[in-house]
Amino acid sequence: MTGRLVRVVGPLVEVDGLSGATMFEVVDLGPDGIPGEVVAIRGGTATVQAYEYTGGLRPGDAAVGRGHPLSARLGPGLLGGVFDGLLRPLAGAPVRLAAGAVRESGPPGSWPLTPCVEVGALVEPGDLLATVTTAGPLAHRVLVPPGVRGRVAAVAPAGPCAGDAVVAQVGGVAVPLTTTWPIRRPRPSAERLDAAQALRTGQRVLDLLFPVARGSTAAVPGGFGTGKTVLLQQLAKWCDADVIVYVGCGERGNEMADVVADLQELEDPRTGGRLTDRTVIVANTSDMPMMAREASIYAGATVAEYFRDMGYDVVVIADSTSRWAEALREFASRTGALPAEEGFPADLASAIAAFYERAGRVRTLGGREGSVTVVGAVSPPGGDLAEPVTAQTQRFVRCVWTLDRDLAYARHYPAVSWSGSFSRDAERLGSWHARQGDPAWARRRAEIGDLLAEADRLSALAELVGAGALPGRERMVLLAGRLLRESVLQQSALSATDATCDPAKAAALADAVLAVADRCQQLVDAGVPAAMVEETDFTPLVRAREEVGPDDAAGVRAHLETMLARLTELLP
Amino acid sequence: MTSLDSSVEYGDVRELRGPLLVVRGVRGVGWDEFVRVRLDSGELRHGLVLEVDRDLAVVQVLEGTEGMDPGGTWLRFAGEPLRVPVGLGWLGRVCNGRGEPVDGGPPIPGVTTAAVAGQPLNPMLREPPADPVLTGVSAIDALTTLVRGQKLPIFSVPGLPSLELAAQVAAQATVGAAAFSVVFAAMGITHADAATLRDVLEERSAAGELVLLLNTADEPVVERILTPRIALTVAEHLAFGSGRHVLVVMADMTSYAEALREVSAARGEIPARRAYPGYLYSDLASLYERCGRIRGHAGSVTVLPVLTMPAGDITHPVPDLTGYITEGQVVLSAQLHARGIYPPVDTLASLSRLMRRGAGAGRTRADHLDLAAQLLAALDRARQVRELADLVGTAALSQTDRAFLAFEETFERVLVHQRRDEARPLEETLDRAWQAAAVLPRRELTMLSAELLDRHYAPAHAAAAAERRG
Repeated sequence: MTGRLVRVVGPLVEVDGLSGATMFEVVDLGPDGIPGEVVAIRGGTATVQAYEYTGGLRPGDAAVGRGHPLSARLGPGLLGGVFDGLLRPLAGAPVRLAAGAVRESGPPGSWPLTPCVEVGALVEPGDLLATVTTAGPLAHRVLVPPGVRGRVAAVAPAGPCAGDAVVAQVGGVAVPLTTTWPIRRPRPSAERLDAAQALRTGQRVLDLLFPVARGSTAAVPGGFGTGKTVLLQQLAKWCDADVIVYVGCGERGNEMADVVADLQELEDPRTGGRLTDRTVIVANTSDMPMMAREASIYAGATVAEYFRDMGYDVVVIADSTSRWAEALREFASRTGALPAEEGFPADLASAIAAFYERAGRVRTLGGREGSVTVVGAVSPPGGDLAEPVTAQTQRFVRCVWTLDRDLAYARHYPAVSWSGSFSRDAERLGSWHARQGDPAWARRRAEIGDLLAEADRLSALAELVGAGALPGRERMVLLAGRLLRESVLQQSALSATDATCDPAKAAALADAVLAVADRCQQLVDAGVPAAMVEETDFTPLVRAREEVGPDDAAGVRAHLETMLARLTELLP
Repeated sequence: MTSLDSSVEYGDVRELRGPLLVVRGVRGVGWDEFVRVRLDSGELRHGLVLEVDRDLAVVQVLEGTEGMDPGGTWLRFAGEPLRVPVGLGWLGRVCNGRGEPVDGGPPIPGVTTAAVAGQPLNPMLREPPADPVLTGVSAIDALTTLVRGQKLPIFSVPGLPSLELAAQVAAQATVGAAAFSVVFAAMGITHADAATLRDVLEERSAAGELVLLLNTADEPVVERILTPRIALTVAEHLAFGSGRHVLVVMADMTSYAEALREVSAARGEIPARRAYPGYLYSDLASLYERCGRIRGHAGSVTVLPVLTMPAGDITHPVPDLTGYITEGQVVLSAQLHARGIYPPVDTLASLSRLMRRGAGAGRTRADHLDLAAQLLAALDRARQVRELADLVGTAALSQTDRAFLAFEETFERVLVHQRRDEARPLEETLDRAWQAAAVLPRRELTMLSAELLDRHYAPAHAAAAAERRG
């Protein structure tokens, strides 16, 4: 089935004579075989969205349908790898990514395989066929694909197995080690489970105030310079998921190079391996073709579901979904679709909803529990949180971590605004924390939230009348708010001791500030002048987060004792 | 399909509108192809194919369509997207916005050519930026260090000396002993500015270290779409073909974006913010992202775009989208300019995200990063004190608070302020930074170690120096 190009406008290509072409089928365009996807068919003309630079493509060039939709190759080579927006490996690709330069797959590779079924066994979708050992500590499970069932007619022997080799024959179907899956179709699961286990991010402001559950969704809106990328990179490094899929969607090339280098150096605190071995990077930097940005989001979700089906907890980090939405807008305007808000297509909201709906904690077809948590950055133009992508995203996610420009300018990082963020998971996670042995979690969260809100209200007042004009008790609230911000909410991404924080240390720090706040109130009530309390050197409390190790709650309590003793000296 | 015979001339022009031309009856014309347009008068213009639809081609004419007549316009298609010659032959030359010499010299020798559109860089083979480009401008070197392979824009408002600052950086910047070149792409600047620019950069040009591309305000708007692309293509080959460190200055990117908007409007595209096209982000990124370093190659491309924020609005699409792409920004302030400080860099609003990679021990000086962090923290405190002083008066301030005001004053006069032709060595810049810090009592310098303070903190000297320099 070969068609002929009739029209080329940037990434939009129209093809005549592609008889039998189906929607979303992949088409190879022109002499370089630039991949594209059929996005509309009218009469005998198919509209194709091209995924690479179309310079030089001309009417009359050939277009060949591949007969299948845009699919991701899923196999043991994913972990530790870096891929482009269509999930083609960038290792081994040339320095300059000319049209047609990136190949579908790298060399097949070879992994040690351990078969887990006997010939003759009756298997269902999701059942375990074999495991292979990859670079990291994770057991890579080879499963019966969805829709395949029956008796195992043959299974590969233990030993090295090539990436393109067949692992087993099941019900007359060959199951290869590397399979493919259409990226726009969610992989099936048996049932959705309650998302009620916390994903520990290692970032105190999130874990204490705006927690996200495994299988839930979070959006991170923030203007430029608010530290969005740093926060997401911290999540990628320190959250306690089994697999991280990091989708760099239209972002900076130098930052991508940085992430890759960092992950290769850093050690995974839970396994002792390298962080890179639990990470899949999909890199579509902003100089790479815009339309592949549209596909990269779905490619990332597909990879995440693939590992979820093996029974793992996966986090997809997409930086930034705004660039993805811009690609949608760009193509919609080329096709002449009627624009809705700010030129975005009318189906923007449903596209955003569909993407975030690929998150979830599920029972897999094979009966395992796995989850996909989706965290998406949003880059509002001009920092305007009412713009369409931000506004629509907030409707569909369970957590919003808004980054605040004023906090960032004051070098308060991570600049997560406590007044502009929310977590709809918090209530359920409160009972989960209680079951995990921290019954005070919900109360602590409420106290911190109240204190911050009260301090914000009073500092607005203090700007008008001067802090000195406030009564002592209120000045102590202002002081407590400052201590909370400096000792608990701020966290240094560059510090070896503070970059990540264990839940026990986070709780100890928060409790320490609350205890100091209480003591300060008592002092003022006992007649100590507020100014005297304010002028106390709070360094032992403020420096605790950096001076004790990431899981040293006892160390924090020692700092608290020093601080309380110092305050007691103020009593007459 | 075989390559097109470029001797075929097409004359069936159906439409002329704004910078666009629609021609019918073409065969085998590719998208983004380069076009030569001949007028009956003998004049030659140039264009790029924006759309091909069967036998129709939409061409954007770089020189505009003024004076063109559908019956007397002839087009030849080049058979491929625009390529320009690359190599060392560009060094020392002055060209117009399309890369044609205007210095009276011969055409640029074209043994090797490269497509101006560029090609994306495999992110796996990017080398993270390291090592500074020293600009000789204290405000930049000390607090927003420019790093080789970085993209760092200057945000300005109309009336501020942003072009002067860019020219000064272009004239003075060095990378130590390594080979260094500057490619300066000036877009939409006045003739007076162009003359000044040639003046300031003359020495560098004579030394064979400069490529100057000039598109003045009265020259065709649409040709600005090409100017930065030619500059970057030339720079990439100087960097990765000849192992040089190259600084690309692009001024003014707001003029560039206007050209983009003009073409978009003529095509009837659906506008996004402020009538700029929806692809403005991607288009700007396709320029800025051409900076960087490549593993296994010696050179680097550093990009310094200059842009004016219309009405000083940082949320305007051009600065806003630029900020999302670039690695920091240098912001100029009208208030500092009014106080006579040059360069009027608003250090608190400015940021070099990669500074940590380009400054410090082994790169600039061991005390640099801590000192810069301390100065910024002190400036922030000084700003708060100044706001307070506006309400309650300076007299009501504490001794310490007044020290912070004095610090800010010294910081601006001794460190930031410098002559337009003054190339300050890094050592002197950092020593001046210490003089500013020394205005503060030692106990306020909490971010500096005792060891650094013992070595550099000298309050009496600071007072004397501040006195001398006034």
